[in-house]
Amino acid sequence: MSMDITLSREDVVRLCERIEGAQRRAHAIPKLTDEYPGMTIGDGYAVQTELRRRYVAQGHRLVGWKAGLTSKAKMRQMGVDVPSIGFLTDRMARAENAAISTSDLVHPRVECEVAFVMKKALAGPGCTRQDVLDATDHVLPAVEIIDSRFSGFKFDLASVVADNGSSARFVGGGRARCADELDLRTLGVVLEKNGEIVGMGAAAAVLGHPADAVAMLVNILAELGESLPAGSFVLSGGITEAVPVRPGDSVVARFQELGSVSMRFAE
Amino acid sequence: MDESRIRQLGDELFDAWRARRTVAPLVEREPDIALEDAYRIQSRYIERRLAAGETIVGKKIGVTSKPVQDFLGVFQPDFGQLTSGMVHEEGEAIDLGTLIQPKAEAELAFVLKEDLRGPGVTAMDVIRATDYVVPCFEIVDSRITDWKIRIQDTVADNASCGVFVLGGSRGDPRRLDITLAGMVLEKNGELHSTGVGAAVQGSPANAVAWLANTLGELGIPFKAGEVILSGSQSALVPVADGDELVCTVGGLGSCRVKFSGRSAA
Repeated sequence: MSMDITLSREDVVRLCERIEGAQRRAHAIPKLTDEYPGMTIGDGYAVQTELRRRYVAQGHRLVGWKAGLTSKAKMRQMGVDVPSIGFLTDRMARAENAAISTSDLVHPRVECEVAFVMKKALAGPGCTRQDVLDATDHVLPAVEIIDSRFSGFKFDLASVVADNGSSARFVGGGRARCADELDLRTLGVVLEKNGEIVGMGAAAAVLGHPADAVAMLVNILAELGESLPAGSFVLSGGITEAVPVRPGDSVVARFQELGSVSMRFAE
Repeated sequence: MDESRIRQLGDELFDAWRARRTVAPLVEREPDIALEDAYRIQSRYIERRLAAGETIVGKKIGVTSKPVQDFLGVFQPDFGQLTSGMVHEEGEAIDLGTLIQPKAEAELAFVLKEDLRGPGVTAMDVIRATDYVVPCFEIVDSRITDWKIRIQDTVADNASCGVFVLGGSRGDPRRLDITLAGMVLEKNGELHSTGVGAAVQGSPANAVAWLANTLGELGIPFKAGEVILSGSQSALVPVADGDELVCTVGGLGSCRVKFSGRSAA
């Protein structure tokens, strides 16, 4: 993957302000490539990095990272052969069983993921599944609430990377487990909305194994000149399809061996 | 539908199965065919197979997922009979020449240690009466041209059953979360799709309870030792000469199946 940056520093700042404004005011904007058709993935990450710098300067705490576009189906749909990553801050975290406001989101969707909490720092390139498992303190079930700031969830890879991989909110919960006590590949997941099953799968849907997705994330971080510190919280990618939610909806994600995570959505 | 017509259609399906050819959808020819008629046709078809030397070894449950029920416009599963000629050993290649238009499905199979007699059977009774569960492949096949089936067609055609293979790893459903156990299906070494037990009627045990109650109403015995294929947890996988499939159930184990030759259609 090329991380070449073609945009000027001015353009990066301009696009970052556009994304930040869309995130803050929860309104949809056209994808960035409509105006910058030559935008590369490297440009997308340059905008995302600028966004992260701004949030941290405003006092947001960086708590971890997320892997996105980790299923074959999504990658094919996007016409890419690499997943993407985005950063997670304390402002995005919501408590288990909380009522989550949707008035500050554009068109939220939920997906089930296995989350990793790291006890050791990891740095790429060359990070492997085993490196990830060795560095993992525990895994836990999680629901990610994604929210593209692009109209109709229509975007290309450069735009979605600039929009921080559609990151919006996340909820960790259930039961923390040591990764070496589980077969993370065959772990089953059921997503229920208002008591009805709306998503199902096994964790292998994420790049064959969720720890492979974390290794890939660490290797992309290396290309950005970053590493994954100890204590990081990592969302390894959606096992189920992303399902739209509205105020009044109640969501429960049930995981084999890891318990469940629940939440409600409010105005 | 009168008895002679039931026998005629059952014989037609038996002949089609034996000759590896298809027949036109029954619903096209008998627009008023009821579900009960379809089960009577299935009985006739199975009667012919038993007369030809096979024995009953179990049951299969079909139409257990919501997408398939929506597609066929029904709100409940269906069932068919498993006979001795459908059993294949894990490791031996299945000769596609014995089938017409096969597709594979990954499932969880139950083997009972006690008879189950409906009505009134619940999922808890199923767990109590189960000796063990195993991952398995059902190779479904249709004697109806191009799989153009309505619910009556597939029921008459023994729930589109072809052959099946049980895996080697037996598990106790008291020690395994059969509802949340993940299912990973690989084709020729590559990830094909994933699923979970809940895809089958909310839990495979619910499907088996449905079967026990349905068989109870029909007066069909449901015996200890029978194999029950509880319903597909995967998408239908088309198979061809040389293909190898592996399904793995989280916390349980795998079933592996290979194919050789060419199917009739």
